[in-house]
Amino acid sequence: MAILIDENTKVVVQGLSGRIGQFHAQEMIEYGTKVVAGVTPGKGGTTVLNRPVFNTVREAVEATGAEASLLFVPPAFAADAMMEAADAGIKTAVCVTDGIPAQDMMRVKRFLRRYPRERKMRLIGPNCAGIISPGKGFMGIMPPHIYMPGRVGIVGRSGTLGYEAASQMKSLGIGISSSIGIGGDPINGSSFKDILELFENDPETDAIMMIGEIGGPQEAEAAAYVRDHMTKPVAAYIAGLAAPKGRQMGHAGAIISAFGESAQEKVEILSSAGITVAPNPSAMGRTMAEVLGMKAAA
Amino acid sequence: MDIHEHQAKEILKSFGVPVPRGGLAYSPEQAAYRARELGGNAWVVKAQIHSGGRGEVGGVKVCKSEQEVADFARGLLGRQLVTKQTDANGKGVFRLWVEEASDIAQELYLGFVLDRKTERIMIVASGHGGMEIEDLAEEDPDSLVRSVVDPAVGLALYQARELGFRLGLEPKQVDQFSTFLRACYRAYRDLDAMMVEINPLVITGSGDLVALDAKMSFDSNALYKHPAIASLRDPSQEDPREATAYDNGLAYVGLDGDIGCIINGAGLAMASMDMIQLAGGQPANFLDIGGGASPERVCQAFRTVLSDQNVSVILVNIFAGINRCDWIAKGVIQAYKEVGIDLPVVVRLSGTNVEEGQKIIRESGLPIISADTLEEAAEKAVAARPQSAAA
Repeated sequence: MAILIDENTKVVVQGLSGRIGQFHAQEMIEYGTKVVAGVTPGKGGTTVLNRPVFNTVREAVEATGAEASLLFVPPAFAADAMMEAADAGIKTAVCVTDGIPAQDMMRVKRFLRRYPRERKMRLIGPNCAGIISPGKGFMGIMPPHIYMPGRVGIVGRSGTLGYEAASQMKSLGIGISSSIGIGGDPINGSSFKDILELFENDPETDAIMMIGEIGGPQEAEAAAYVRDHMTKPVAAYIAGLAAPKGRQMGHAGAIISAFGESAQEKVEILSSAGITVAPNPSAMGRTMAEVLGMKAAA
Repeated sequence: MDIHEHQAKEILKSFGVPVPRGGLAYSPEQAAYRARELGGNAWVVKAQIHSGGRGEVGGVKVCKSEQEVADFARGLLGRQLVTKQTDANGKGVFRLWVEEASDIAQELYLGFVLDRKTERIMIVASGHGGMEIEDLAEEDPDSLVRSVVDPAVGLALYQARELGFRLGLEPKQVDQFSTFLRACYRAYRDLDAMMVEINPLVITGSGDLVALDAKMSFDSNALYKHPAIASLRDPSQEDPREATAYDNGLAYVGLDGDIGCIINGAGLAMASMDMIQLAGGQPANFLDIGGGASPERVCQAFRTVLSDQNVSVILVNIFAGINRCDWIAKGVIQAYKEVGIDLPVVVRLSGTNVEEGQKIIRESGLPIISADTLEEAAEKAVAARPQSAAA
């Protein structure tokens, strides 16, 4: 059934009335995603793309039964919009917004902890490309046609590198079960480990491509999880071998500021956990092909 | 965003952190005047640059007379200070902080950072101040004490007290330390800081706590909330290429190579740099044009990359999701017209509207080198370098 989104997931778009929100919601609808409503405070009662727009997420959930929300909300209001989604009972929220203050995210993560496990919202992003289960549906800004349906999961910080991986795999005839962008911010909703756990438990996923980068502890945490708990093979690529220390490389979180945060160190950590690391970004597809071949041979 | 020591001290002081009295000087005369104004018979003159490690390279001096203050200031102002934290060009000294000398009995280390593991503000302290935190972590890790703050509650008094006792402070100092810590925490939280570092935090001969040095950096994503902090930005401390790019809304980091990069997405930009290096070249920069880039933004990216004299080839690598390849292609052509490009340009387009984008490039009649994959693009860019640069 892939992870996080499929053909039955009812999606509400927070910020549907905006230009960007409308453009991507249109693509999502054309792809077959069940976009059921929009939320824009003050625009309640209007329609956009033939979908009703509500003033609050709660009203949208009550009227449509939506269980997922995609956020195209400006940085200053995004943290608030995420908390609104969580409180309205949304199960999965994907936040595309880039430029959210780190301490706003710190408070959002604290806020999410007030709900019991079964009612806690899963947040993906912010500063991410979104999530897609090829052939079923997507929430985000990715070009959906580059993903071929299949049985490999992708999880990565970078949107564009996720596209790169999917298209390299497609050209080798390897399809994707789901691709999840966890975003480039220092504080994000779901970590590599969180998503690997979902893929490990997904009967439609056979192997996972993990795309990390410099900065932060999440790749190392994922490596320990792979070593101790995963049965499915994992391949990886870490971006930023050529990046200098102490300089922020675009993503707010892409900065080497502690031991174990450089690409070289992360490659070592992942390799020693049994993960097959692609030697360069053009070899992500080939590396996955090898991993799948090795599995077939075993 | 980084700020100067004197600015950090003024901010922290406004939150109740005790700092030595001092004054700012832009000339030797002004420095001597500051010393006279402060009174006493010893002053510390400190170069104000956005870097630590100033003391080791002659950027800080204790002076015993107004003449000595003026002389030291004369030798320092206008100089480029190269510390172990700066690049080879160093940072220019254009202002000095003249401060009353403190009576130091003990030096502590105190830092506030955003800890990515717990996703909370973490306090790190040590009884051994004056050393860089990296060196402390390596040479004396047992001296480090840590505490993590729950954002819903804030820094609890008991946490501050506990840190104080673990550092071995006297009960009277623990009270002062708790107040000190909570003032720093409030500054960090209220102003969306990313780092507050007091190193050293000194205990004076009379047993009082003072922030002898102070460093603060701020979340650039939160500057819209704090215009007063945003106004403290000092372009004289930035790489001029980066300062211009910042003003144009581009994420740009200057590097040492000769292959200029125009990429969309931070991950793909880093990966392209890696690929260039593997193909035997060196990237001149990191540049992410971001999402929804208009032809004008692409054109601006060309201007930014070309402002670096070392650039001998330009690599444009786009995998469009939220972007549109046709807009990128139009931007490249506009750059040829408006910026005037006489270097080889390699363009790789993929993703949204790729056929239209490639068609525009093909029909432009311009000597653009096309590539289909990331690997091919990097190899073509390395191969396109003029022989002199490749040698």
